[in-house]
Amino acid sequence: MLQHVRPAVVMMALFTLVLGLGYPLAMTGVAGLVFPYQAGGSLVRDASGQVIGSALLAQGFAKPEYLHPRPSAAGNGYDATASGGSNLGPMDQHLIDRVKGDAATLRKDAGGLPIPADAVTTSGSGLDPDVTPENAHMQALRIANARGVSAAQIDSLVDQMTTPAVLGFIGEPRVNVLALNRVLDQRFPVAHPQAH
Amino acid sequence: MPSAISASGSQGAILRRAFIDALVKLDPRKLTGNPVILATEVVAVLATISVVDAFVRHASPLFAIQIALWLWATVLFANLAESVAEGRGKAAADSLRAARVTTNAKLINEANGQVTMTPSHKLGKGDLLLVEAGDVIPADGDIVEGVASVNESAITGESAPVIRESGGDRSAVTGGTTVVSDWIKVRVTAGAGDSFLDRMIAMVEGANRRKTPNEIALAVLLAGLTLVFLVAVVTLLGLGKYSGVALDPMVLGALFVCLIPTTIGGLLSAVGIAGMDRLLKVNVLATSGRAVEAAGDVDTLLLDKTGTITFGNRMATEVIAAPGVAEDRALRAALMASLADETPEGRSILELAREKHGLSLETPDGATAVAFSATTRMSGLDVAGTSWRKGAVDAVYKAAGLEPKDVPAEVAAAVDRIARSGGTPLAVSENGKLMGVIHLKDVVKPGVKERFADLRRMGLRTVMITGDNPVTAATIASEAGVDDFLAEATPEDKLRLIREEQAKGRLVAMCGDGSNDAPALAQADVGVAMQTGTQAAREAGNMVDLDSDPTKLIEIVEVGKQMLITRGALTTFSIANDVAKYFAIIPAMFVVALPSLAAINIMHLSNPHSAILSAVIFNALVIIALIPLALRGVRYQAIGAARLLSRNLMIYGLGGVIAPFIGIKIIDVLIHAINLA
Amino acid sequence: MTFQGWAEIALTIGLAVGLAWPLGIYMARVWQGESTWLDPVLRPIESIFYGLSGVDRNKGQGWLTYTFSFLAFSAAAFFILYALLRFQNLLPLNPQGFAGMSPDLAFNTAISFVTNTNWQSYSGESAASYLSQMAGFTVQNFASAAAGIAIAAALARAFAANRGESVGNFWVDLTRITLYVLLPVSIVGGLVLAALGVPQTLSHYIDAHTIEGAKQTIALGPVASQEIIKQFGTNGGGFFNANSAHPFENPTPLTNMIAMVAMNVLGFACVVAFGRVAGARREARALVIAMTVLLAGAASAIYWAETQPTPALVAAHVVTTPNMEGKEVRFGAAASAVFTAMTTGASCGAVNAMHESYTPIGGGMAMFLIQLAEILPGGVGSGLYGMMVMALIAVFVAGLMVGRTPEYLGKKIEAREMKLCMLASLILTASILGFAAVAIVLPLAMKTVSASGVHGLSEVLYAYTSATGNNGSAFAGLTAANPFWDTTMGIAMWLGRFGYAVPVMAIAGGIVAKPKLAPTAGTLPTHGGLFVGLVIGVILILGGLQYFPAQALGPIVEHFQMLQLTAAH
Repeated sequence: MLQHVRPAVVMMALFTLVLGLGYPLAMTGVAGLVFPYQAGGSLVRDASGQVIGSALLAQGFAKPEYLHPRPSAAGNGYDATASGGSNLGPMDQHLIDRVKGDAATLRKDAGGLPIPADAVTTSGSGLDPDVTPENAHMQALRIANARGVSAAQIDSLVDQMTTPAVLGFIGEPRVNVLALNRVLDQRFPVAHPQAH
Repeated sequence: MPSAISASGSQGAILRRAFIDALVKLDPRKLTGNPVILATEVVAVLATISVVDAFVRHASPLFAIQIALWLWATVLFANLAESVAEGRGKAAADSLRAARVTTNAKLINEANGQVTMTPSHKLGKGDLLLVEAGDVIPADGDIVEGVASVNESAITGESAPVIRESGGDRSAVTGGTTVVSDWIKVRVTAGAGDSFLDRMIAMVEGANRRKTPNEIALAVLLAGLTLVFLVAVVTLLGLGKYSGVALDPMVLGALFVCLIPTTIGGLLSAVGIAGMDRLLKVNVLATSGRAVEAAGDVDTLLLDKTGTITFGNRMATEVIAAPGVAEDRALRAALMASLADETPEGRSILELAREKHGLSLETPDGATAVAFSATTRMSGLDVAGTSWRKGAVDAVYKAAGLEPKDVPAEVAAAVDRIARSGGTPLAVSENGKLMGVIHLKDVVKPGVKERFADLRRMGLRTVMITGDNPVTAATIASEAGVDDFLAEATPEDKLRLIREEQAKGRLVAMCGDGSNDAPALAQADVGVAMQTGTQAAREAGNMVDLDSDPTKLIEIVEVGKQMLITRGALTTFSIANDVAKYFAIIPAMFVVALPSLAAINIMHLSNPHSAILSAVIFNALVIIALIPLALRGVRYQAIGAARLLSRNLMIYGLGGVIAPFIGIKIIDVLIHAINLA
Repeated sequence: MTFQGWAEIALTIGLAVGLAWPLGIYMARVWQGESTWLDPVLRPIESIFYGLSGVDRNKGQGWLTYTFSFLAFSAAAFFILYALLRFQNLLPLNPQGFAGMSPDLAFNTAISFVTNTNWQSYSGESAASYLSQMAGFTVQNFASAAAGIAIAAALARAFAANRGESVGNFWVDLTRITLYVLLPVSIVGGLVLAALGVPQTLSHYIDAHTIEGAKQTIALGPVASQEIIKQFGTNGGGFFNANSAHPFENPTPLTNMIAMVAMNVLGFACVVAFGRVAGARREARALVIAMTVLLAGAASAIYWAETQPTPALVAAHVVTTPNMEGKEVRFGAAASAVFTAMTTGASCGAVNAMHESYTPIGGGMAMFLIQLAEILPGGVGSGLYGMMVMALIAVFVAGLMVGRTPEYLGKKIEAREMKLCMLASLILTASILGFAAVAIVLPLAMKTVSASGVHGLSEVLYAYTSATGNNGSAFAGLTAANPFWDTTMGIAMWLGRFGYAVPVMAIAGGIVAKPKLAPTAGTLPTHGGLFVGLVIGVILILGGLQYFPAQALGPIVEHFQMLQLTAAH
């Protein structure tokens, strides 16, 4: 057995050096040089350079004038240091009650549109940055009312900002919530901005 | 084919004895080699205890009693399968034992030549015996002096006496056989208790039946499956408790027994014994089950040309007339020249004339037979001034006064053609005039070619061994359809060939009889010695063919394959059965606590008890139902591995999945009809 | 279910299998020590590895020595990782100042990564420092994968040999597989991932001020470099808690496609390489086909299940499909279903959707794939040798039916092989069902099980299934971060890795010494459609028979209960 100890320990040390430090550090260096935006977390900044979030991560939107992301089970909601899903089984009463409650709330502003499944379910990460186009359209009436524009304007914006599936079948069509909300604020500023 | 070892014992007696044996085998110590059935018996014991428990608690024991009874029946049926298989061997052994009576041997004192009477069981190796007409040969041995005809029916079942003589390959005699005429001196080669007869008895009784390699591997697989299912069933205690399922230990036990491969577990040893038994039926005695199994694996068969592939004698197939001689005159001359010829070649010429040309003649009165002599190298017949001769071509030419250049071209061409095809040309003359040429050739036995084609489809290579020259050998080889041949073969060549084949990763089978075959027989993976062969050959091989028929090799291979196929088929069937049993038992076990599981009661069995009972009954009955198959063996066909597999997978795999669905349903309907559950 | 969904499933599996061919051919060269186009760069590094560790690259090892080397390496890896995790607070590259892990958590996590399981009892973004992620987890992602592939290489050599002895040199295999296979694909793939949005930074976490005025702390890190090897090495341990569902690990449908292909392609490539080295290309192709058929079947079943109405959606009178709880919008049902099939068909365990929230059939199928011993195509290396065990059992049972002692690839399959195959299978079964049956009746254990009723049983069964199968995916409602679970799961992972790999090495040891037999017309054909069907049948029947009762008490009954509940609303 002893004859195996030296190679075992030395190999592990070399692995740690080459693969644990050399490889990730080199990758960090190259990625930082070539794709600084992506490597840094696709951070979105406002005009002042202040980070307002990541293009890839959901953040909470509750106000009626914004497109709402999917419900989140990450931490207390949209906690980017505690990603995760609800982990409720399909027959779990908590899940059934929660979905029923959320559906009832959404239905009030949906203008009779069907409520898609993604609007009342939490994502796996709790940080799903997207909603389905159906979900966005379902919220259009509420957003339009809050912003004093027509639902058709919102619908058309949603259509514009829908990312289709790659080649039409890889992945699903989707609308990035943060991106859409930023465009909403630019194009259809809220008449009575609320004080922070 | 009459046989001492397969013809004895009535069916009824065998069955009666088998039942008793099956009961004796309930002793768990006798089941240690069979983990599946041992596990079944343990469950049966536990079930019996819980029946008693049910009585004590005044619960309704009807269900428990039935389960317990059927579990015991399962064990009993498995034991019965083995006993029935053994029973046939035991009956055969009894008749052999009758031949092994103690006789008085005439022991020769080699110092002074005096003969003393000694009981045969006191004989030792190396003793010299005198055996005279009417004596039973007291021990196995080699004849050192004398010639005798011996009746070996005690062993072979063949009542016609055979000639045994000192020297050569016919020198071995077997204890228990009888000298019919003349006398011989015999050197004892096996002491009492170790004789050929003793070994035969032990073999057919199964006393020395050690498990074969494949049987062991299969037993390991079955034991492994048993453990896996034990885990699956025992863990249900915990999982079921969480789900609020009240699990009756009786039901768990029943599930366990239904899942473990009881079918093949119960029939495994019967299959092995039956395989040996099938060999015995064709009068082949294997020294171990291992050899039988190896026979199924054989890749290369070494076959002696003479006797196996050809009839062994050259036979006349045509007569070619010399130029200017009418066809029938040439034939007539050949016939006349052979009338007095008693050799097989000579007979074959008469045969040819009769069969092909309807010519048949009696030897005329006053004819003088001229015998073959080394100087003339011709034989023939002289009748009233006319002389017919046949013989070696150049001898007849010479007698006819023909120089090689004077020989008619047609005749020379015919002679050449015959020689090149591996045949032997004989010239015929009438009054010194060349009449024609007879074509003698080695004739391949009918059906041999087809048989070899079958073997090839099963992946066996056939190699013909012959002392002939390569030209002759090649002709016979192509005519018989063997894959390869070894010409001008010496015993050393044979041995080398076997080693070469084995080095290429092939298993080799051969048969032989002479003493010089012994090394090759020992080297071969399957060596079949002829019963007529020498003692050395019989010792070296791992099988003995009592009929001394070299073609038996092919049947031996088939029996070996059949044994393996039967095991595989029953294993597949056994495992495939489990699918249906699950669908019977699982919903029945859980449905009270988890009513939704009624959805997987796809057989719509009447009620939980009936479902479980039906599965257990099916499980027990299927063993009985398959005993005949286990004993008879799955039908073997030479159709190639791929087709054989797909056929057997269809029957035993797919059939194994479907059959229990039907069987369990029928049993359930019956049980329900007579209100047993 | 949509046509697009089916197309995506088909393309994913097709790419994984298709790309495995060139990769497998290349890997065979690496196994056999032949030259590759990377030699100019890697040869010198390779030599340094051997020089410093005192390995003679030309010296073959018998199976026992090889196994000891494998075990010694795993032990060294375990101790180093354990120490790293326990004392990460004292070590550099810990910008968030995480504390050292508790002994039981460090034990569980170290075993988890060394055994290629990567079950996460911890949450990556809140418990592991960058150093632990890089020098600990990333290294193990390489090392445990390479060790698994090494065993596959040894097995291939055993089948190729004729009365041989050496099965190769573990240290050489380990080094070459890491340097020539895993590292290059990781560098290329990692940079592609980074380009598509996966972070690769040593920056501390960023505080963002959201549009609505809340504060959101964004966890970052050197994700891409670890993410790619996590998939290629079928490790599956996520940088973040949400694993591949996390948008930083898997931001787009394309990264998702890369992830799925990556976690299966080396598993398939191992089979291809095996075929080349063992001189059994047609037989390897048959195994690939069997794996692919089962994998496609499983993916289809999950896709079907996840597009069925679920009780909550039915009760709330919203659009009832697909089952989006725990799934990401960018992936939807199809890409989640095929991901689930591929991650459990392999021993990966990465998840892009939460299995706990799957329908009973969807989640049960994931569990079943792990219970089949993860051979579709399985973990890198481990999938191949798991499949070998299945193939040997199939050959043994069926081989008898052609009337010969069963042989596979020219080697006779005898008692020794059967003993070891059954031992390996039994260890898996006993660990999965045994631990589950004990845990489920212990109040101590059940305290941390989130679900009640039938789903609770599924949760527990899944946990030990995943641990024993070295998968690492979870019905994540179960919180395993306590001493009972950490310890028993640690043992289960250990059993699943070494209780399987060591018998397999013993099989290799037996096989290598046997003569290589020439096939004849009487040999069981092991390359045709018939054999593919046979292997599939054996896998399904053996796997089904072992786990059917437990599955009946979990997913199967839950399925029927769900149907009733859905109908009731």
